[in-house]
Amino acid sequence: VVATGPTRRPGSNKKAQLGVFTGYVLAGLGALFGATLLTISILRPETFSGLRMMAADVASPAGEAGAAGRIGTQNFLEAIAGYYRAGSRNAELEREVEVARVRLAEAEALKGEIARLKALLGVADDDTKPVAVARLIGSTSSSVRRIGYISAGRNEGLRPGMPVTSPTGLVGRILSTGARSSRVLLLTDSESMVPVRRASDNTVAFAEGRTDGSLRLRLVTLGINPIKPGDVFVTSGAGGLFRPNIAVAVAREITRDGAIAQLLSNPAATDYVMVEPIWQRPAVEALRSGPDPKDPED
Amino acid sequence: METLHPNARRDPFGSRINRAQSPILAHGLPWVSILLGSLTPWLPIIASAPILPPFGLMMLLAWRLVRPGLLPMWAGLPFGLFDDLHSGQPFGSGILMFSLVLIAIELIEIRFPWRNFWLDWLTAATVLTVYLAVAALLSGSPLMQLSVILPQLLLSIVLFPVISRLVAQFDRLRLMRVRRIN
Repeated sequence: VVATGPTRRPGSNKKAQLGVFTGYVLAGLGALFGATLLTISILRPETFSGLRMMAADVASPAGEAGAAGRIGTQNFLEAIAGYYRAGSRNAELEREVEVARVRLAEAEALKGEIARLKALLGVADDDTKPVAVARLIGSTSSSVRRIGYISAGRNEGLRPGMPVTSPTGLVGRILSTGARSSRVLLLTDSESMVPVRRASDNTVAFAEGRTDGSLRLRLVTLGINPIKPGDVFVTSGAGGLFRPNIAVAVAREITRDGAIAQLLSNPAATDYVMVEPIWQRPAVEALRSGPDPKDPED
Repeated sequence: METLHPNARRDPFGSRINRAQSPILAHGLPWVSILLGSLTPWLPIIASAPILPPFGLMMLLAWRLVRPGLLPMWAGLPFGLFDDLHSGQPFGSGILMFSLVLIAIELIEIRFPWRNFWLDWLTAATVLTVYLAVAALLSGSPLMQLSVILPQLLLSIVLFPVISRLVAQFDRLRLMRVRRIN
């Protein structure tokens, strides 16, 4: 047992008493200053993003160096848990690979058929070109907000709002950009909301982040809930921003007004991500630009 | 002539002859170690849920409890500001919370001037619980999702004694006599 020492208790020493009092006043002023900034940033969330992006630009090289060693690893706890489940996981994966091979063959066949039908209809493949390819270098792993950092910024042509995708699906969208790094609002953040539809039909829903690594799907039309566990959801393209048909999540549990869904592109297992341009529905674009004055039919 | 034992003029902090402590190391190490704790988001761990403990706050708590009087009471402002730059919380919440934590510990210390391991751990656990809950609420998470912070909270409380020991080691390193006096 240790006492905190004689200097901590000022006693009747007037100067020491004043010192302790000044300490409280300064700490109180600090708290007050924090409360003021907090109020400003809750009312206007983007007020301090410039300051943050400056700090991010300074710290990002360190994060990038660390990310280079991360390739393929899962998140912190999964990596530890992986050792205990290696045997059973292996057997399970082998079974899944068998099934996947058959599915792959089926998909190949469908791909050919789709290409043939598209050629028949005269629809061109509109492959969106990524604005930049960047490394996912960090995330706010101790805050409830789910924000990631990527290693590309304004210099690479990134703008807030651009969708961020990985080969396995949608990751999130750009929140703010620095010169060399950007903050990404991940899909699991509580403020992220993406319009989605069931891949097999046009059951539309909103996918909201639940901060614990899963998404809540809310159906747009109320009535009988048609979702079954295992249904895959893709972006619908409604509202712009995200182009249609990017894989988002697979339903896991059915709720009253939708489902709880598992994210398809686990950011923990993602190394490189693609930043795509902001998508606008072609019709909307046509409306915006107005009729072409040189059009001979006008 | 009788020779002295080679370690006769040494103590755990190095030779007592011709050496002095470095003020840069003695005062800089606590600050640098707490600031490094706030840089957790740049670790190569991409988590889809909050998992890692708030290392910045834990380092601050550990220094404050292991070595009272070393950090000034206004230290919550600079440490909180730096934490805000990287944490993803609404800007200002770190400054507010860190300052309040330092005031709270000061008041607890007046109430219980005799410290021991269990009291320190209990203090830290209480502070971490309140901090994580309030931080979650400030970030705009709905009330029903507060259970999201439970794994993180348990990990923080279990890890706190480890961080304390780490800080105690830093404290010995801090007082090493590294400066040569001519």
